[in-house]
Amino acid sequence: MSDLVNNDTGRRAPARQTLIRAVLRNPLGAAASFVILCVVLIAILAPLIAPQDPTAVQIFKVNAPWDAEFLLGGDGSGRDILSRLIFGARNTLLGALIVVGVSSTLGVAAGLIGGYYAGRADTVFSWVADGLMALPAIIVLLAFHQVLGSSIYYSMAVFGILLTPGFFRLTRNLVASVRNELYIDAARVSGLSDSRIIFRHVLKTVRPPLVIQVSIVAGIAIIIQAGLEFLGLGDSQVPTWGGMLQDGFANLYVAPEAVWWPGLAISLTVASFVLLANAVRDTLQQNQPTGRKLAVDPSPVSQDGDAADSADIILSVRDLAVGYPDGDRWREVVRDVSFNVRRGEILGIVGESGSGKSQTAFAILGLLASGGTVLRGSIRFEGRDVTKLDFAARHALRGSQIAYVPQEPMSNLDPSFKIGFQLMEPMRTVLGLSKAQARARALELLGHVGLPNPLRTFNAYPHQISGGMAQRVLIAGAISCNPKLLIADEPTTALDVTVQAEILKLLRNLQSELGMSVIMVTHNFGVVADLCDRVAVMQQGRIVEINAAGTLFATPEQDYTKMLLSCVLEDSPVRAYVAPTAGGGN
Amino acid sequence: MLMFLAKRLATGVILLASIATITFFLVFSGTQRVVVNILGQSATDADIAALTRKLGIDRPLLTQYADWLSHALRGDLGNAWTMDGSVTDILGRTLPVTLSIVAFAIAVMAILAALLGIAAATRSGWIDRLIQVLSVIGFSMPNFWLGLLLIIFFALTLQVLPATGFVSPASSVTGWLASITLPAGALILSGVASAAQQVRGAVLDALRQDYVRTLWARGVSPRSIFFRHALRNAVPAALTVLSVQFIALLSGSAVIERIFAIPGLGALTVQSAVVGDIPVLMGIVTSMVAVVVVVNLFIDLLNALANPKVRLS
Repeated sequence: MSDLVNNDTGRRAPARQTLIRAVLRNPLGAAASFVILCVVLIAILAPLIAPQDPTAVQIFKVNAPWDAEFLLGGDGSGRDILSRLIFGARNTLLGALIVVGVSSTLGVAAGLIGGYYAGRADTVFSWVADGLMALPAIIVLLAFHQVLGSSIYYSMAVFGILLTPGFFRLTRNLVASVRNELYIDAARVSGLSDSRIIFRHVLKTVRPPLVIQVSIVAGIAIIIQAGLEFLGLGDSQVPTWGGMLQDGFANLYVAPEAVWWPGLAISLTVASFVLLANAVRDTLQQNQPTGRKLAVDPSPVSQDGDAADSADIILSVRDLAVGYPDGDRWREVVRDVSFNVRRGEILGIVGESGSGKSQTAFAILGLLASGGTVLRGSIRFEGRDVTKLDFAARHALRGSQIAYVPQEPMSNLDPSFKIGFQLMEPMRTVLGLSKAQARARALELLGHVGLPNPLRTFNAYPHQISGGMAQRVLIAGAISCNPKLLIADEPTTALDVTVQAEILKLLRNLQSELGMSVIMVTHNFGVVADLCDRVAVMQQGRIVEINAAGTLFATPEQDYTKMLLSCVLEDSPVRAYVAPTAGGGN
Repeated sequence: MLMFLAKRLATGVILLASIATITFFLVFSGTQRVVVNILGQSATDADIAALTRKLGIDRPLLTQYADWLSHALRGDLGNAWTMDGSVTDILGRTLPVTLSIVAFAIAVMAILAALLGIAAATRSGWIDRLIQVLSVIGFSMPNFWLGLLLIIFFALTLQVLPATGFVSPASSVTGWLASITLPAGALILSGVASAAQQVRGAVLDALRQDYVRTLWARGVSPRSIFFRHALRNAVPAALTVLSVQFIALLSGSAVIERIFAIPGLGALTVQSAVVGDIPVLMGIVTSMVAVVVVVNLFIDLLNALANPKVRLS
């Protein structure tokens, strides 16, 4: 069932009213709500609208086809199928209500306690939930049938217990994720009691996903209840959809139509609950990037030349704008960004998180996250606008011409493959090396990036090496296919301070040795000072200042740059200023 | 890895023991009603007392439990009350029938869910929407109703497959396949689309990982990124889907076996539930949970093999 329930929809919870309205605006949501409303009304008004007494037997109507009196015909005992169908809605909904009531009450309570307090209670609850999930539900309900007695409702209550793990896990995970949010802390500090925090603040966050779960569980309950009644476990005096199917099954060879109506009633009702759940989920996800295609305005690309085609310039970015779909418009995270990178130059792109520096880097690589699009501008690599290239031509540039060193070393190695394989694979694809050649080069590269025991690292899985070693491996991978431009996205941020210095030294040495151009994305002016020839400062998606590193440090023009620089002086460890020529001269 | 598996095994044994214990005390607390059930409403108090003594349920519950447990540990689950023979023998006859259907069903489901899920993950569009629609339909149609419709269509109208009965694979493999095709079809249709959706989610999750972006940046071929790296890393999530579906299939077998008149554990459960054959029910719950524990252990083993971190520990 979890496939139908998306667990991370709780964050942007719209108010209750707007949620209901939005669900009703969704055609499927409206149709599903309408069907459910009809079933509820039919159940309530059954004695008024049923044309016949559902238990009255007319001997001539046994397995009879439809006529004016029995609109859907008669069942195996000569009772009106339509009237039984109408009355069957009552016990169906009551059973579903019991299951939902029991499972949501127990599951949500356990989830709130387990998620909020964590610790031992959480361990015990999780263990019980695992145990309950290992039980085949119908088998257990059948086994307890004699103990529970002939009323189907006791069985449904037990089934409710079997379904608590779904509510428990959902609530527990949502609560655990908001437990340390600032507003909860604030409530705690302001002296609100735990129970009050849980009910006022935490429960509000988890409500919309619970609506989805309730809807799904109602559907499951209806199916299981019908199954038990079909097996003859219900009260044979009460008309039920499952019991009607049993009757139809017994007369399958005489009147096969009779199995259609109760089956359709069950399917339609359950489908409405599932579709309602889907509609709620879609509504909650509306603000998140959807698969919908937004049109990109073709805006004139400025052709100011600006030495863009000069042989010395390897990369020329002009008027770049990058956007992500937000509802039905684009949210621009990068705009009007223009800069050049010369051959053998190290360009730093500096800015706070969210300034658009990483998005600029990914736009150059053509690896924007899902939905991300270059809206305007051009990215010329060696004179060719790569944004105009097709997928294959663009992909052919990656690795061989433009390479990438990521920020977080451990998550950027595939945990399932040995490091040696991960190094060899691109070389074999991109450079067409044989297995032996690739192996030899991989070992050589591992030594080159300063790993003390290349063979051991080659044969290791990512989880067996340290973060610093992993970053060296990733640098080895990035340079393995002799790229002309290396894009390093905060390559030292995730590392220990001592390791940071070594990695920077390695990058500087490799750059001067291989003569690559480098774009160094960072928020750290220390790194810039260490390494970069020129610096671009980004703020809110724009470049506010771009200049030679020395000039920028000595005479920053923009207030924002001054502010960033003063931050460095105030709260970072003292770092000797290194003349930018150390890295740039080649 | 042995350590990991030993831990999982211990967890499974504890689970089995707790469920067996709880079930025992629940089902054996209602034996009086069952005795009346077996003897019929006309039974005298003396008859009831005699049968109660004969079945050994006049003893304190704890004594009965200790007795049951000491026998169960030696593989003896007692004698059935309403059927001939020992519970172990009855289970030995019926469990293989059910397992042969469920194993076939889960294998077909795994293949279909993997193919559909991977297709939906790699090329979204119509196949993605098809799976969404199918999963709503599959979820909404009770499998026993679907079973009835399959009988009407394939057995009564087209007359290509038998409506009822079971042929052991030992006597005829083709006969076995013919006899379980409709039951297995009715069992898996409800789950296959939702399993495919979960496979799709697992593959998409794997494709969203940081290392996949790095693989793209290195120039690794798209084919290798999808089929080598993403699929390999989607395996654990997909295996978990299978273990959940396996339990659902066991549960569904009760109704399906009844419809197709298959002499398996599911049909046995229904039969003994109606008459209240408590030792048989106790044996069924115990053996079912044991099967689930073994299957989960097997899936843990596969997961451990797929995950170098566990494999090398």
